[in-house]
Amino acid sequence: MIRSFLERAPIRRLLVIVGVVAVIELITGPPGSNQYPTSGFTGSYAEAASFFGLFRTQRWVVFLALALVAWGIVELWTRYGATIRSRSSSALAGPRQVSEKRPVRVGFALALLVLGILLPHIVNNAFWQSALVTYVAIYVLLAIGLNVVVGFAGLLDLGYVAFYAIGAYTTAWVTGALPTPPPFGHALDAFWAIPFAVVFVVIAGVLLGAPTLRLRGDYLAIVTLGFGEIITIFANNLYGITGGSTGTQQIPHPVFHVGPIKYSWGLAPVPYYYLALGSVVLFLVIFSLLQRSRVGRAWTAIREDEVAAESLGINPLKFKVMAFAVGAASAGFAGVITASADNFLFPSSFTLTFSINILVLVILGGMGSISGVVVGAIIIQVIQAYLNHTPPSGYQQPDLYIYVGALLITMMIFRPAGLIPSRQRRREISLYEESHEGHPDEVLLGDDV
Amino acid sequence: MLEVKDAVVRYGAITALHGITFEVNEGEIVTLLGANGAGKSTTLRMVSGLQPPVSGSISFQGRDISHTRAHDFAKLGVSHVPEGRRIFSQMSVEENLEMGAFRRRGSISNDLDRIYETFPILKERRKQLGSNLSGGEQQMLAIGRALMSQPTLLLLDEPSMGLAPMIVDTIFRIIGEIRASGTTVLLVEQNAAHALRLADRGYVLENGRIVLSGPAADLLVDPRVRAVYLGEDVEAGT
Repeated sequence: MIRSFLERAPIRRLLVIVGVVAVIELITGPPGSNQYPTSGFTGSYAEAASFFGLFRTQRWVVFLALALVAWGIVELWTRYGATIRSRSSSALAGPRQVSEKRPVRVGFALALLVLGILLPHIVNNAFWQSALVTYVAIYVLLAIGLNVVVGFAGLLDLGYVAFYAIGAYTTAWVTGALPTPPPFGHALDAFWAIPFAVVFVVIAGVLLGAPTLRLRGDYLAIVTLGFGEIITIFANNLYGITGGSTGTQQIPHPVFHVGPIKYSWGLAPVPYYYLALGSVVLFLVIFSLLQRSRVGRAWTAIREDEVAAESLGINPLKFKVMAFAVGAASAGFAGVITASADNFLFPSSFTLTFSINILVLVILGGMGSISGVVVGAIIIQVIQAYLNHTPPSGYQQPDLYIYVGALLITMMIFRPAGLIPSRQRRREISLYEESHEGHPDEVLLGDDV
Repeated sequence: MLEVKDAVVRYGAITALHGITFEVNEGEIVTLLGANGAGKSTTLRMVSGLQPPVSGSISFQGRDISHTRAHDFAKLGVSHVPEGRRIFSQMSVEENLEMGAFRRRGSISNDLDRIYETFPILKERRKQLGSNLSGGEQQMLAIGRALMSQPTLLLLDEPSMGLAPMIVDTIFRIIGEIRASGTTVLLVEQNAAHALRLADRGYVLENGRIVLSGPAADLLVDPRVRAVYLGEDVEAGT
């Protein structure tokens, strides 16, 4: 009887939420000490805390109250959410039909673009103006590029940072900031590093992709992981070429100089914001056009069923390499902008953690969904900037990973396809779940040799 | 039209085909029969380049194709309907059909009309997702998709698998129509009785070797075939 009570859906959800909240309570609680090893644990629950200033009590009461509020919201949403959604958007009402509402979406995109252009004037604050570039725009650029590889073509790339590093190092090389002489013997403006960077990352994408993209799934992930590490180690150890572990600190700010038109980027962050915004818009347009094109359909076909795609005459290797190279291009851009805005670069900034962070943005936003990835990247990066700028008491930078990790786990439970799932990915996941309740195809069709 | 000579296929250390020889002539329906794990699907995968032979030769219209890569077969005029249909479940019916014409340039609307004429149900469902089709409709879609590349040779891997008997009859009737319209068919089937009634000639595979061959009508009454098709043989599993 207790069992049947516990198995009722609302009760199960309550238990899950209380469990998650208990873990959050523990990780946000005080640290332990040598003298009282358990104090970190007991303190997390017993310490005094205030409930939004309303009343003061012990932490566990506060968190339990929060859990109940969260549970209430979830229950209301499960009960009435479907009605609200069907009222607010008819696109979701008929998921069986493939339909598009393009004019609405284009209008929405334009409104967002205007907001993006006005944003640095709305946030009139030096920290946030520079955070818009270093925390947000660059990461959006990286995330939409990785989304092409992971979301469109379905290739798990754990070494994406390599392309970002190549973009940054190309900037340093072209501007003469590295021990290696710049191309053709004389240094160029950082702005002209962009075409070089794009060419180099695309070449790197093809060089890495051609031999490795024959591998599938986990194997590919491991090889790309290795590639990311190799690039960092190269940067670190090739003193004569890359400047070794000290990198370089002499990258000039970009200057655009063609004929009578001359524009120099300086120390102020806002011009970099517009440079980055321009690149983001450029790549958003390129990527969404690609997604709808023949190439995009080939990627979808390969992601869904490589064998079927191959027997229809699609060369999987060719299109996978293409996804790799195209996705790398935006990372090259991001590398140029960061390097020239910061004036310096160090090999230690191009780590595996960086690749994983970008991947997290893509997964949280919704793999394969351009709008989802943009929104996901903005939300996570704004939270990160906020926490670094005005840290709550006891917060240290590495703590962010705990929160993002918890968020990721929660998302995987409640919204596995991401914040704004691509229509296709959402269906794929619901299909997968159906199949585990005995989808007829799964039972009948084994992978017979 | 298609000639396979002494073809050997290995999956790592396991030999799946121990040198098989067979041919398909223009305009024929040829069927490959055999129990689970006999090598039928492997043979089709070999003929469509998905699993190239380690030795032996395959020639198509006089051209050696044993080393042609799988994705170039569509251009040659060989189209493979793989086992388990493998339609793109997240694309609509029409998008699936369009993928079939991926390697072709120019208008495909005539071909779409032709496919919809053969499979009227697909026209009704053209905006629906592949995953929302029934098994029989998915099989029709898989065949339709393969026909979009205008093949001269169509390879069908167990089109009747998992389908209701009535649907199986429809599928086999359509295979007959496809041949009548000029496409040669190589058919792999477990449903031997049905396949032999439709086919001109047949081959029986057992443990990676061809053990019997001949006109379909003869095979249909052959006691050994009846044994295989009734599953009386003791076979090593997959």
